[in-house]
Amino acid sequence: MRVTLDPEALHGPFVREIEAISEQNLLKCNQCGRCSAGCPVVEEMDLLPNQIIRLAQLGLETVIDSQTPWMCASCLMCQSRCPKGVDLPRVMEAVRQIALRRGDSRVLAGRVDGSLLASAPQMAVIGALRRGER
Amino acid sequence: MTSTERVYGYFPGCTLATTAVDYDASGRAVAAALDLELREVPDWNCCGASFPLSAENVMNFIAPARTLIAAQREGQDLATLCAVCFHVLKRSDSYLRTHPEAADRLNAFVTEGDYDGRVKVRHLLGILRDDLGWEVVRRHVAAPLQGLRAAPYYGCLLLRPEAEMELDNPEAPKVLHNLLLALGAEPVGFARQAECCGSTLLVSAPEANQRLSTAVIESARSAGAMIVVTACPLCKFNLDRAQEGLPAAERLLVAYFTQAMAAAFGLAEHAGPVCPLQAAA
Repeated sequence: MRVTLDPEALHGPFVREIEAISEQNLLKCNQCGRCSAGCPVVEEMDLLPNQIIRLAQLGLETVIDSQTPWMCASCLMCQSRCPKGVDLPRVMEAVRQIALRRGDSRVLAGRVDGSLLASAPQMAVIGALRRGER
Repeated sequence: MTSTERVYGYFPGCTLATTAVDYDASGRAVAAALDLELREVPDWNCCGASFPLSAENVMNFIAPARTLIAAQREGQDLATLCAVCFHVLKRSDSYLRTHPEAADRLNAFVTEGDYDGRVKVRHLLGILRDDLGWEVVRRHVAAPLQGLRAAPYYGCLLLRPEAEMELDNPEAPKVLHNLLLALGAEPVGFARQAECCGSTLLVSAPEANQRLSTAVIESARSAGAMIVVTACPLCKFNLDRAQEGLPAAERLLVAYFTQAMAAAFGLAEHAGPVCPLQAAA
């Protein structure tokens, strides 16, 4: 992947927005990769969890286009294993929130299979759709 | 404390009141058998089914806060069965206690009263272990689950984050194992016992969800399990759904831990899928 770095972006509004919503200091991450090693959903992702936080550290807004934050199940495996105490599920949520604020939701009630909606436990429907709204 | 004084507020939650009524009924039945009084919290509402992960979104705490305030008025510990309800309510309590500004903002919007942070949110598993002890559970076993190789499936949100959930070590959990031992069953540890089943990806990414749940089932199967035992209605739904394409004889049954207890206590009408296996084991 070709990446262009902008020194201004390191402390720019995008980094500040992610840090404000997630209450995480992105620079605490030293890219050990333990989050990606333990993530049970990693095979479904286009970017690894550690790549998401690396791109976010660098202020690269391409993270918003990734499917990874939407595939994150918020299971907290990475959060509980991070040696630096970074709460990565909150960073994933911040990326989702920024996407939602720009009008980009990947979880819409109208797109969910009707027979699934009829049989799925309420908690799944409510939990999933709450992630798709602002 | 005598046994008759063990009174808890009880929060069933949206799913136990509708699609997982067998979890609710078996939970109430085994609690009654153990002289644990579960008093349903009045006027409860859905906890929101997801813990708010963004700092700015105080409004998302209103749903769990209303139930915490109702429990606070009753003055008892708040008992839960659903792993996700337990997660949301326990972490909301923790958040509101450690974020007084957010609590003030929230209290300004809730007309039922202010949450003072004094409710202890409990899971029935923790109540069994810490308030009763496994020996008391063992004394209620009328039909030990002898020979039943049961895979204790913890999933994700029951245990993590450990410091807030205060139930067990997510890397080496024991509480379900020890319950199964007390019931006379043979707990079978497996690689994915504390990994996610896919959770709400069921709705947003069903194919990925299917692969995750299948991996959990295969992990339990390869460890030699005859049944999977869970504390979460979404885990149960996902694990059952992942096996829909299989012939009935090849499916690994999934039961709530309360159904395993009911089978061992001789409450056959609440034992769900455990009963036929108990007979076969």
